[in-house]
Amino acid sequence: MSKTTLLLFNVLALGVLGLFIWWAGGSLDGYKIQILNLIAVNIILALSLNLIYGFTGMFSLGHAGFMCIGAYVCSLLILTPDQKDTLFILGGAFDWVQNAQAPFLVAVVAGGLVAALFGLLVGIPLLRLGDDYLGIATLGFAEIVRILATNFTSITNGSLGLKGIPDHANLWWNFGWCVVTLYVIVRLLKSNTGSVLKAIRDDEYAAKAMGIDVFRYKLLSFTVGSFFAGIGGALLASLLTTIDPKMFLFTLTFNVLMIVVTGGLGSITGSVLAGIGITVLLEWLRVVENPIEFGGFEIAGIPGMRMVVFSLALIFVILFRREGLMGMREFSWSALAAKMGKSK
Amino acid sequence: MNVETFIQHALNSLTLGSLYALIAIGYTMVYGILRLINFAHSEIFMLGAYFVFWGFTVLHLPWPVAIAVSIVFTALLGIAVDRVAYKPLRDAPRISALISAIGVSFFLQNVTIVFFQAIPRAVYRPEWMESPILMGNVRVLPITLFVPVLSVLLMLGLLYIVYRTKTGLGMRAISKDIETSYLMGVPVNRVIAITFGIGSGLAAASGIMWALRYPQLQPIMGAIPGFKAFIAAVFGGIGSIQGAVVGGIVLGFVEIMTVAFFPDLAGYRDAFAFVILIVVLMYKPTGLFGERMEVKV
Repeated sequence: MSKTTLLLFNVLALGVLGLFIWWAGGSLDGYKIQILNLIAVNIILALSLNLIYGFTGMFSLGHAGFMCIGAYVCSLLILTPDQKDTLFILGGAFDWVQNAQAPFLVAVVAGGLVAALFGLLVGIPLLRLGDDYLGIATLGFAEIVRILATNFTSITNGSLGLKGIPDHANLWWNFGWCVVTLYVIVRLLKSNTGSVLKAIRDDEYAAKAMGIDVFRYKLLSFTVGSFFAGIGGALLASLLTTIDPKMFLFTLTFNVLMIVVTGGLGSITGSVLAGIGITVLLEWLRVVENPIEFGGFEIAGIPGMRMVVFSLALIFVILFRREGLMGMREFSWSALAAKMGKSK
Repeated sequence: MNVETFIQHALNSLTLGSLYALIAIGYTMVYGILRLINFAHSEIFMLGAYFVFWGFTVLHLPWPVAIAVSIVFTALLGIAVDRVAYKPLRDAPRISALISAIGVSFFLQNVTIVFFQAIPRAVYRPEWMESPILMGNVRVLPITLFVPVLSVLLMLGLLYIVYRTKTGLGMRAISKDIETSYLMGVPVNRVIAITFGIGSGLAAASGIMWALRYPQLQPIMGAIPGFKAFIAAVFGGIGSIQGAVVGGIVLGFVEIMTVAFFPDLAGYRDAFAFVILIVVLMYKPTGLFGERMEVKV
C-alpha cells in the first residue's frame, strides 16, 4: 500500500472520529459522554504504561504517582486565584501557587512536563534495578508522591484535595490528546528508537552486547511514558473536577495495568481496544453495586463486588490468555485490506 | 527526653519491628524459592486478623481456639492461593505470576469488603490486656511485651524447621536451584506448598497481634504493613530469614524513633520506609545479607 493511500486512510479515520465526537457531543446524554471521556483518558494512560512496560520491558508500578503530579499541576494552573482563596482553608497557599494561572492547554502540557521531569529524576537512580525491584521501587515512588500530596498543605491543600476544578476537558480535548498520544507513541515505536526499545525488552544483555546504551533508551521511554501519564492525570482532574490524594492509591495503577495486560503487552491496538472495553465494563459493573429492583423485591447492592469481578478477570486473563487480547499483534490498514480482499 | 520515655519508645519499636519481621519472613521465603513478590501476602495478614475476630464474635469460640483456627485457616488459604494463582504459572515469565499476585491481592481485599464492609471495626480485647503493666515508671500494655517474646519463639521454631528438618533441606535446595531439585527427587510442589503455609501462618500470627496492638480491623489494613514488611525483607537481603528479622526490627525502630524525636514529621512516617527502600536498592541492590545474584547471559 502506498504512502499516500495510508495517509488518506488515516485522515479518513480521523474524520470519522471527528464526526462521531460531533454527533456524540450533540445527542448523547451526560453519563454516556462521561464514559466516552473516560475511554479517551484511559487509552492515553494505557498507551503510556504500555510504552514503558510492554515495549521496553520495565515493570513500573508508579503510574498513579505521575498521574497525581499531572493532575495537581494542571488543576492549580486552571483554578482562579479567587477559587484558591476559598479552597485553601487549612493554611493558605504559597504565593506562587496562589497566583499561578494558565490556559487549559498550557496547564495540561505543564502537568505532563512536570510529570516527565519527575520521571527523569526518579528514572536515573531507579532504572538500573531489575524487574521486580523496579516495580516495588516505582510503587514506593507513587506512595511517596501521595504522602507528599497529603502533607504539603500549602501546595496541595492536603487531604481535603481540590474542588471546583474548571471542567475544560470535553470530548474534543480528551480525544485530541488521545490522538496525539497515539501518534507520538506509534511514530516513536516505528522509528529506529522503537526497535531499540523492543530489543532491550527482549534481551537487555544482548542489546548491551550490541553496543546499545541501554540506560539512555530506558530513560527516554520512561520519561515519555511519565509525560503522557501526567497528561492523562491532568485531563482526568479537569474531567472529574475534584481531586484528592486518596484518588491516587495503587488501585489507579492497577486499573491501568489491567487494561494494558488485557489488551496485550506490547500491542498498541490491544491497549486501545482494552481501553474501550474495560472502561465500559467498569461502568457497566456498577450495576452490581447498586440496589437492584427485581419483581418488587429490592436486592441490596454489594459494595466491593465490582473490584472482585475485576480482579478475578485479571487473574483469568493471566492464567488462561497470558498474551492478552491482541498478544503483540497490531492493526494495520494493509492487513485489513488484505483480509477484505480475501473475503470478496 | 528522659530514660523512661526512651524505654517506652524502644519497646514500641521492638513490638512494631517484630510484627514487620513476622510478615517479612513470608515474603522472603516465597521470594527465596520462587523469585516472586507475593503481593497477596498483605491480604493474608489482614485475613488472619479478620478470621480470629470472626471466630470470636460470631462463632463464640474461646480465644485460644479462635487463634488456632485462624492460623490454620490462613495457612490453608496461603496454600490455596499458590495452588490456584501461582502454580499454573511456574514456567511462565516471572512477570505473569507477579500480575497474578496483584490480582489475588485485590481479589482478597475486595472479597473482605463484600463480606465485612469497608468500615473499620473495633477489636474487642480481653480485659487483662487493657490494664498496663508498670515497670518502674514505664507503663506498657501487656501486648507490647507479648509480641516480641512470641515472635522470637515463632522464629526459633521456623529456624528449626529450615535448618533441622528434611522439608527445610528441601526449601534450601529449591532456593538454590529449582530444576536440579526436581531431578534430585525433592517433592518440589509439596515443599513450596509448605513454605506458603508456614509464611501465611506467621503472617496470620502477626495480623492477630497487630489487631490486638492497634485494636481496629479494616480490609485495607494489610497494605501499608505489607509494603513495609516487604521493604524490611529487601533491606535485610531478600531470601534470608535472618535478614528479614533484622530488617523488620530496624524499620520498626526508624519509624517509631523518627516520630518520637521529630513529631513534625509524623505525617510523613509512611514515606520513610519507601525512602529507605530506594536508597538501599541504589547502593546495595541485594540488601544487607543478600547474596550477589549473577545474571546468566
